[in-house]
Amino acid sequence: MNILPTRRDEAFRYSDIEALARLWPLPAAEHIVVPAGGNFVRTIVQDSGTIHQLDIAIGKGATAALHVLNIGGDYGRVELNVTLHEGADFKLGAVQIGGGIQNLEIVTTVTHAEPGATSSQIVRSVLAGTATGTYLGKVAVARDAQQTDSEQSVKAMLLDRSATANAKPELEIYADDVKCAHGCAIGELDPMGLFYLQARGLAPADAKKLMLQAFVAGVFEGASDEVMLTSLALQKLGELV
Amino acid sequence: MLQITNLHANVGDKPILKGLTLSLNAGEIHAIMGPNGAGKSTLGYVLSGRPGYEVTEGSVTFNGEDLLGMEPHERAAAGLFLGFQYPVEIPGVSNVQFLREALNAQRKHRGEPPLSGGEFLKVAREQAGALGMDMDMLKRPVNVGFSGGEKKRNEMVQMGIIDPALAILDETDSGLDIDALRVVGDGINRIMRRPDKAVLLITHYQRLLDYVKPDFVHVLADGRITRTGGAELALELERDGYKELAA
Repeated sequence: MNILPTRRDEAFRYSDIEALARLWPLPAAEHIVVPAGGNFVRTIVQDSGTIHQLDIAIGKGATAALHVLNIGGDYGRVELNVTLHEGADFKLGAVQIGGGIQNLEIVTTVTHAEPGATSSQIVRSVLAGTATGTYLGKVAVARDAQQTDSEQSVKAMLLDRSATANAKPELEIYADDVKCAHGCAIGELDPMGLFYLQARGLAPADAKKLMLQAFVAGVFEGASDEVMLTSLALQKLGELV
Repeated sequence: MLQITNLHANVGDKPILKGLTLSLNAGEIHAIMGPNGAGKSTLGYVLSGRPGYEVTEGSVTFNGEDLLGMEPHERAAAGLFLGFQYPVEIPGVSNVQFLREALNAQRKHRGEPPLSGGEFLKVAREQAGALGMDMDMLKRPVNVGFSGGEKKRNEMVQMGIIDPALAILDETDSGLDIDALRVVGDGINRIMRRPDKAVLLITHYQRLLDYVKPDFVHVLADGRITRTGGAELALELERDGYKELAA
């Protein structure tokens, strides 16, 4: 893509186009091929306002697991284009945390090209100020890709009424024997829960932090960089509450 | 210890407390009884500082300090504990982690050193054991999947760990079977029946008072204390109902 996208492009519908223009033209996406039977893991920490684009082809019976923490810069975007071959498995655990005027996006296209592949995407966003957090996630299942099992779990927590969360899990299914679960919820912290924690002695910021920590907990479970990702996420949450 | 004077409070625009005056000294257990909608739970929430409960008149001092000027967590650090009528479920937050953070936040506020993980677990194990609660339950997310009785038991475990000077227990007896009622009653006596502590028991029924004998019983009706007596008043209420006495 050489032409700067506009907001009419679905994949850039909520993007900060001005910020995007400053980064344009983007370098070519990183291409990753996971050979049949292989295992691929990757941790992406977006903490400086950059755009990460990955194309991943996962071979027969292979697995790929990505953990993403999207927290930095005015505009940060992580774009994943994943193709699954027979019996392959893809896992994404992503957290984006933004405040101020930040615009953070995770955009995925997961194509089940062949039968028996599984994919799971868990995305949690915490947004404060006038920040915008977006997840656009398309799961495409080809005609032959029977016994596809895919799951998308998308949740966002708004700390201020002025923050925005966009979430669009999308399914395009041409096979007839598939399981494609998707769930999406946007909410705010339970005021009664916050009061309960405060009544036991936690200061308001600490009570919020504890509840937010619980909200994002689990996303990085099992990641090779779990400790680092969790501590960076907590630090960022601490800045927002 | 606690001095409530001519307290008026609104929830939204609706006046609920209308001139409530009550005084608790150290070493005393007071029971507040009254019909539905009299303002019993509102009193508990106002004293603990729940947002949305607005004091429009009157004063409350706690050990000489202005209680109403403090944030909820400051009231906790000052020694006030509210046992919730409906303990809140908080998914993902473990009891142990939450209580340790809460206790250490209170200690920090009072200028005391924090408890280490080991020290805290020792206290937690003692309190859970005394209330017949499994340590595994204490490691689970706060109140999630707990039965009504387990939630109330958990409140008492929390009270034991936090060890407050003043406990306001809002219908801690509701939802308890007879055995659990005895365990909770024994817990209140063990933790709070001390010369330097006080308890305000908010309840509908006499039965908890069989286990926790109050020094004073007050009738709260239409936002005011309408009658005060000794433990025998609760029995009288049980027999004659509120209508008779509130009038």
